[in-house]
Amino acid sequence: MTQDDRALELTVGPLQYWWARPQMMAFYAEVADSAARRVVLGEVVCSRRNEYKVDDWLALARDLKAAGKEVVLATQALVMSEAELRTLRRIAEQDEFAVEAGDASALRVLWQAGQLRPGRAGFTIGPHINVYSREALQEHAALGATRWVPPLELALDATARINPPDDPVVGPAGVVRSEVFAFGRMPLAFSARCFTARHHRLNKDECEFRCQDDADGLLLKTSEGDAFLVLNGIQTQSAALHCLIGEAQALRAAGASAVRLSPCSRGFARVIELFDAALNRGLAVDEARAELAVLDLPRELVNGFAHRQPGMQVAAV
Amino acid sequence: MTNPTKPTLVCPAGSLRALTLAIDAGADAVYLGLKDATNARNFAGLNFDDAQVREGMRYAHARGRQVLMALNTYADARDTGPWQRAVDRAAELGADALIVGDSAVLAYARRRHPQMRLHLSVQASATTYEAIEFYRERYGISRAVLPRVLTMQQVAHVIRNTSAEIEVFGFGSLCVMVEGRCALSSYVTGQSPNTAGVCSPPSAVRWEEKGDGGVDARLGGVLIDHYGADEPRGYPTLCKGRFDVEGERDYALEEPTSLNTLAMLPQLIEAGVKAFKIEGRQRSPSYVAEVTRVWRAAIDAATSGARYSVQPGWSAQLTRWAEGQQHTLGAYDRPWR
Repeated sequence: MTQDDRALELTVGPLQYWWARPQMMAFYAEVADSAARRVVLGEVVCSRRNEYKVDDWLALARDLKAAGKEVVLATQALVMSEAELRTLRRIAEQDEFAVEAGDASALRVLWQAGQLRPGRAGFTIGPHINVYSREALQEHAALGATRWVPPLELALDATARINPPDDPVVGPAGVVRSEVFAFGRMPLAFSARCFTARHHRLNKDECEFRCQDDADGLLLKTSEGDAFLVLNGIQTQSAALHCLIGEAQALRAAGASAVRLSPCSRGFARVIELFDAALNRGLAVDEARAELAVLDLPRELVNGFAHRQPGMQVAAV
Repeated sequence: MTNPTKPTLVCPAGSLRALTLAIDAGADAVYLGLKDATNARNFAGLNFDDAQVREGMRYAHARGRQVLMALNTYADARDTGPWQRAVDRAAELGADALIVGDSAVLAYARRRHPQMRLHLSVQASATTYEAIEFYRERYGISRAVLPRVLTMQQVAHVIRNTSAEIEVFGFGSLCVMVEGRCALSSYVTGQSPNTAGVCSPPSAVRWEEKGDGGVDARLGGVLIDHYGADEPRGYPTLCKGRFDVEGERDYALEEPTSLNTLAMLPQLIEAGVKAFKIEGRQRSPSYVAEVTRVWRAAIDAATSGARYSVQPGWSAQLTRWAEGQQHTLGAYDRPWR
């Protein structure tokens, strides 16, 4: 295959919200039947969300693996307590599934595990680990990384410079592949404070798990009524959805071998189909966009970050 | 009670004037940045050229104080040269330590200047001892600055489990988000602390007078706040605006407020905190002088062996300089979370 017709693999990113177990099971059953090649599982936002424990994620991972999916287990992005470190170690030290590092705590545990067991599968550098240059990616590849999700705010031209398709970064565990965040509300910030609990005038320690009520987060609008951000527990997301469905060539030119689609509560199975059709099967971009427009997605679609513009903007492509 | 080692007071220097005032007011160390995007207070009219760094170093070193250089943004993929040159300049100029967040910059400093003392910037978002030990083992950092997200107990737990020195924020503007992992500013303006060394940059701010005598404060066109005719006006830092959530207009993320940990100073020292950082390289020299003076007195009092209490005069002084004239213990205090 030439560079221009390589298939872009589809990865279903980790669920950012707290859904009830039946909704999660239905969601991952759809994913199991989808064109997605890879699924990232795990609680990445808040350790108080206890619908799924590590063993439940592992069981789900085995089901998805049996359905033919490559499964990656992700660690939490913001780790503060010893209990959270214990969960992180369980995920990072197991050898059954590949791991996605959410922070530098995970980097240390993965690096040590790799030294103890040479030949261990490479890990993924998650989007909240700060890699902004080729030198930084080389530093992480040296730890045993073989997959990299660039930070949300990184433009495609920077991704291309850092890990170009014709000269990728190589570490002891092999070539590093780039996986670009291409669909969904953008996780923009994390805090020790739970904004959902704060909105409901509750302490974080007695939050009554109110984020369960918001399947796609809690909308924050400006005083003029414009949808702006989304409160998702300790995480702040964009209200708009990042969407690179029309940018197959730019993604390939940037060296992406996979795109990450971030779960939303409605229409997601169709989103996977449309990305597969538009990126890999020649569906016209206008048609793909028109199809997305009729889905009941939570908000409008933007792509500014990919093009060195403010993330909330729509760049002409 | 045993008197633990006296912690270091680390104060901001956005200019030579601020540097000398901080030293005169009792700072043990000052931190400064060069006039470019290699540091996280990349504002016009702020920061140091080489000659000013030399003069500042002479002033500080003659008085037995230290100068730390902040190199705490992320090297740009298009050209990492400025970050590497800044490391080299810091070494040539004789900085007592470099404050760095980027693994690429840490690796370069370690390789080219192995004798250089490295402090892990808060921008590296190291919130656990595992993360701090990672940077210590890998890059030889001597000290880590903790993000403003941990409780008092969590700070103590980190200190018990790492051999790196721990520095915490004592006073100044409060980031409600974990430092180094916030893309809110670039979402709205295209510029973020990680990439450009700025948050909610002035170039993206627009003030619009309204018919009611009030004013709209916009950032990148987004309405961050509206101040009525008789309301005090704040700077539209985007996480400190008033927004609407389910029909309720409020400070949904954080109020305009400053962090002030004077009330917890003895506990933090007892836990083993080695340095207290005052935020505010972008603030005026008088801010630096007065806040430094208060903190010098507080640290001296807290380590004197006598009973410690926050003096009313200190609080009054700090309140004058606090954002929105209010302050908080932030994440150190559980209810804030």
